[in-house]
Amino acid sequence: MPGWLAVYTRELLILRRRFWRLLLGWAVAPLLYLIAFGYAMGQNVIIQGHTYLEFLLPGLVAMASMTQAFAIGSEINIARFYWHIFEEIQAAPVSDAAYVLGETLAGVTRGLLSGSLIILLGALFGIVLSYNPYFWLALLLNSFVFSTLAVALAMIVESHADQALLNSLIITPMAFLGGTFFPMEHLPWWAQKVLYLLPLTHAAQALRAAALGLQPSGTSYLLLAALGCLTYLLAVRTVRQAQD
Amino acid sequence: MIRIEGLRKDYQGTQALQGIDLQVHQGELFAYLGPNGAGKTTTIRILAGLTRASAGRAWLNGHDIVTETLAAKKQFGLVPQHLNLDGELTVTENLLIHGLLHRLPYRTIRARVEYLLDYVELTEKRRALVKHLSGGMKRRLMIARALLHEPRILFLDEPSVGLDANIRRRIWALIKKIQQGGVTIFLTTHYIEEAEFLAERVAFLDRGRIVALDTPANLMAHLGHWAVDQFTADNLQAHYFQSREEAQRFAAGTAASFTLRRVNLEDAFLALTGRKVS
Repeated sequence: MPGWLAVYTRELLILRRRFWRLLLGWAVAPLLYLIAFGYAMGQNVIIQGHTYLEFLLPGLVAMASMTQAFAIGSEINIARFYWHIFEEIQAAPVSDAAYVLGETLAGVTRGLLSGSLIILLGALFGIVLSYNPYFWLALLLNSFVFSTLAVALAMIVESHADQALLNSLIITPMAFLGGTFFPMEHLPWWAQKVLYLLPLTHAAQALRAAALGLQPSGTSYLLLAALGCLTYLLAVRTVRQAQD
Repeated sequence: MIRIEGLRKDYQGTQALQGIDLQVHQGELFAYLGPNGAGKTTTIRILAGLTRASAGRAWLNGHDIVTETLAAKKQFGLVPQHLNLDGELTVTENLLIHGLLHRLPYRTIRARVEYLLDYVELTEKRRALVKHLSGGMKRRLMIARALLHEPRILFLDEPSVGLDANIRRRIWALIKKIQQGGVTIFLTTHYIEEAEFLAERVAFLDRGRIVALDTPANLMAHLGHWAVDQFTADNLQAHYFQSREEAQRFAAGTAASFTLRRVNLEDAFLALTGRKVS
């Protein structure tokens, strides 16, 4: 798929130029969650045999990687509506699949970086969990799902305001309901059924199980991989349709 | 070479292009002249693969733009009407990305960047962020970018729009230089003097149709070579003459104020369509 490297390189150059500002932005919200929910409120709370901070940290990794991988949609919109760069790519001999791959990799890179940042912040709070290959695979899949979803939706939106609306409708509810802050078992059965449909729920569960040294459920990995493939194909389709 | 057959484009009931047939020869500098909304940009967008045609076909150096899209896209460079550079990247980075989009080896990109920055006189700005460049510099950078992969066809959509007269002249000189290198240039403009100065052949486009296609000299010849604009209280009427002497004799005999000038493409367009280009 020729051309993906150009798309990915462009995003990396922008990421490099804004790296420290972005890092600061990525750190603020998780740091506040760690202080407010983990350190202040949850100091004496034990969940499933672990401190609340230990419970919370993998959830924050899932949430941050989701948010930052999905944020590639905003970058695409800036490129489309502000710089008009999308036309430069459309006029080049680059296939739709290659374009999606380049942008997806950029989103995944952001997801992995933001997840790693949470791990570092956790270490500052004295929390060091088991960051094994299962953990990184779940982080990768989570970033992949939300990155491809962001590319697909970025082709449908028609303004920056639409993009902000998507964040409010998709990302914010999922961040709070996808098993980030509390165990799903605390919810009524019907709510659990609904929330198990969310990809973030599976990502948070897989990340938490891996980080706490438990055996993660293979189903979560399979579901995330299958959903990632579907959203990737959807993204290729919406990019193709972006030609008016 | 560019070949277009029966190209049509409908936008929600509006016919932006109503069956364009056209052939632009290898190495030719061809101008597509028409007022805003005539369909100039739509034609270029279809040829560049940015917009789908409603009907018709087009080939770029023999490659069908629909069935051989990627091969067709390798044939051309595009300078769109609006600025579409990445303002957050430097001049060199913008060119690097373009080179990678066209799968050029890194060493080739570096050499081409050096050459083209010198060609468009932007070497000193190589490390500047694009958002800090002037409008004329951005336009020259867009031309350099479009030439980076050494295309045989260059689409220029209103290349000098919004630029002052001095910078416009520099852009024209650059376009002439590019054509002398054997590149086929398809230029859209609504500036009469741009088409006259640059083009070997001109197509008049009006409401999605080509109403005339010939050399600038031939398009103007049937009107004559000289014009007298006669100003009356509520009107301006142009009269055309083969020689300056005839025009001067006519002007001397008129009581109204007048201007004596050479016939231009605007006159030819007006005579054919009843509308002005600009």
